[in-house]
Amino acid sequence: MSPIKISWKSLWSKPLSSALNIMLIAFGTGILTILLLASTQISQKLDNNSKDIDLVVGAKGSPLQLILSSIYYIDFPTGNIPLKDAQELSHSPFVKRAVPLAQGDNYEGIRIVGTDSNFVRVYKLTTSSGKFWSADFEVTVGATVAATKKLKIGDTFFGAHGLTGSTDVHKTHAYKVAGILTPQGNVTDNLILTNITSVWRMHDDHEKEEATEQHQRSAHHHEKTEGQQQEETGDHEKETRPDQGGADSGREITALLIQYRSPMSVVMFPRMVNQSTALQAASPAMESTRLFSLIGVGVDTLQWFAILIMLIAAISVFVNLYNSLKERNYDLAIMRTLGASRGQLFQIIIFEGILLTFAGTVIGIALGHLVLQFIGAYQESSQARLSGLIFLGTEIYLFVAGLAIGIFAAIIPAVQAYRSNISKILSKN
Amino acid sequence: MISIKSVSHSYSNALRISFKDWEINNGDQWLLLGESGSGKTTLLHILTGILKPEEGEVNMDGTSVYSLSSRALDQFRGRNIGIIFQRPHLIKSLTIKENLLLAQSFAKLPENPERINEVLHSLGIIEKKDAYPNELSQGQLQRVSIARAVINKPALLIADEPTSSLDDKNAIAVLNLLLEQSGLNQATLIVATHDKRVKDAFTNTYEL
Repeated sequence: MSPIKISWKSLWSKPLSSALNIMLIAFGTGILTILLLASTQISQKLDNNSKDIDLVVGAKGSPLQLILSSIYYIDFPTGNIPLKDAQELSHSPFVKRAVPLAQGDNYEGIRIVGTDSNFVRVYKLTTSSGKFWSADFEVTVGATVAATKKLKIGDTFFGAHGLTGSTDVHKTHAYKVAGILTPQGNVTDNLILTNITSVWRMHDDHEKEEATEQHQRSAHHHEKTEGQQQEETGDHEKETRPDQGGADSGREITALLIQYRSPMSVVMFPRMVNQSTALQAASPAMESTRLFSLIGVGVDTLQWFAILIMLIAAISVFVNLYNSLKERNYDLAIMRTLGASRGQLFQIIIFEGILLTFAGTVIGIALGHLVLQFIGAYQESSQARLSGLIFLGTEIYLFVAGLAIGIFAAIIPAVQAYRSNISKILSKN
Repeated sequence: MISIKSVSHSYSNALRISFKDWEINNGDQWLLLGESGSGKTTLLHILTGILKPEEGEVNMDGTSVYSLSSRALDQFRGRNIGIIFQRPHLIKSLTIKENLLLAQSFAKLPENPERINEVLHSLGIIEKKDAYPNELSQGQLQRVSIARAVINKPALLIADEPTSSLDDKNAIAVLNLLLEQSGLNQATLIVATHDKRVKDAFTNTYEL
C-alpha cells in the first residue's frame, strides 16, 4: 500500500465530491485549452497566409477589408482598380513582384480567383497532379477544394456570380480542371485559380447575354423590386467590369499583391500609393495585428474567466481536502500508530490534491480538443477552420499549472496532517 | 522487557500525573486498572511512543524509546507495538485485507498475504477479507482491529478499553481473543480498563 494508492482509494470513497472537483478543473482547463489552440491557430493562419506579401493595393475603403478580401478571402473586396494603374505600380522600382487578383465569381461558395504565374511564385505552389492553368477557362484547384467538391482533372463546372451563393450561374463558359495543388496549409487550399482573362471573358459574355436578355424582357424589367436592383448594382460595382471596347487599358482588377524589392520600400511605397494615386495600400502585417488585437479583447476576457474558474476549482479542492481532513484526523492518527511517518501522511494528502487536479487537467485538455474539433466541423468559413487535432507544446504549461494548483490547494491540509498531535486526537475519541 | 522509570507528565496548566515505576517481562499479561481521568490513556500513549512524557524514561528491549528520531520511532512503533482502541477504527476507504496490508507496509515490512490469511483465519473472519469496514458488525470490526494489531507479530500488544462498548458475550469473546492472540504471537499484553468483567482473567495488575 503506497501513499499514492491510499490517496487513490480515499478519493474513490467520495466519488461525488471528487467528481465535482475534477469537473471544475476540467472546465477551467478546457476553456484555457480552447483559447490557447484557437488563438494560436488563428494567428498562425494569419501569418501563414500573409508571410510573403508585403503590401496589398486596392480600391479606397477599409484597409482591413482589403486585407481580409485579398489575403484571407473572407470579406468582400473594397472595389475595383484600373488595370492601367496596377500595371504602373507593378513596374515601380520599389516592387520586386506584383500579383494581380480578379475576384467576382464563386463555385459553391469557393472563390474563383483570376491571377497570373506570379501568384504561384509568391505562394510557392506546386501541383500534386495535372498542371497550372494556362488557357482561358482552365483552372487549378486547391487541395481541400478537390477533396470536398470531389473534383478531378478534366472535370468541368460552372461558376456563379458573386462571392457566395449560386443563384446567378454563368452558363456560357464552363471551367475545366487542369490541375490540383498540393496541400499548402494556407488559403490556397480553398481557392480555385484561373487566369484573369477567364474572369473578364466570363463577365464580357455574361453582360452581352444579360443585355440581350434584358432587351428581350424589357417589358418585365420594371417588375423587379428596387431592392433587387440595388443589390445588382452593388454587386456590379465590385465585380471586374470589363470595358466594352475590350482594350486592356479600360480593364479592371480587384487588387494587387506586392512583394518589396528592398526594405527601403516599406517607408516609401505605401505613402507613394496613398498620396499619388486614387488607390490605397494596406499592410497585411499591420492589419493582421490590428485584427488580432480586436479578437484579443475577447480572448483576454475569456482567459480571465477561465482563470477565475481554475481559482474556484483550487478553492474547492482545498475545502474538500480540508473538510475531509477533519473527518480523517482519526484515520491519519491510526496510520501513525501503525508506523506511518509524518512525511507519509503529508504525501497522502498532497497526492490527493495532485490526483484530483491531474485528472481534471487531462480531462480538460481532452475536452478542449474535442470541443474545438466540434466547432471546426460546424464552422462556415473553410478558410479559417479550426482543428482540435493539433497538439501544442505550450499545453504542457496547462499540465504544470494544474499540478501547481493541486499542490497549492493541498499544501495547508497536508501541513496540518504533518503537524497533527496524534495523542490528542486519539484521546478525544 | 519493558520498563518505565520515574515518568511524569502534565498537560498545559493541569495537574501533573506521576506514574510509579513499572517493569514488564516479555510474555506477561497485565491489567492496567484505573478510573476515567486517572491518566490511563496518558500512560498508554507514553508506552506506545505517541506521547513523549515531560520527565522519565521508557525502555523497550534495550531501546530508549524517546531517544529515537520521530521517523525511527514511527517505524519502531509499527513493528513492535500493536494497539487496539476502545472503538475499532479502520480506514473506511479500504477493504479489510487492505487495512491489514496497510499495517504491514507502514511498518516497512514486506506485504505478506499469507500472514493476513493466517491471522484472519485464527480470528474467524477470513470470509470478510474483501469486505469494507461499513459492511461489518461492531464485534467483527473489533476482531479486525485485533488482527491489525497482531499482524506484524509485535512484542507488545496494548488494548485501551477494548471491551467497554461491547455486551457481556462479546466482551468475554474479545478478551479471550486478546489472551489467545498474545500467546499465539508471543506478545506481552497490556489491557487498560475500568471494566470489572475483565479483572479475573489477569494475575498481574498495575493500578493507577
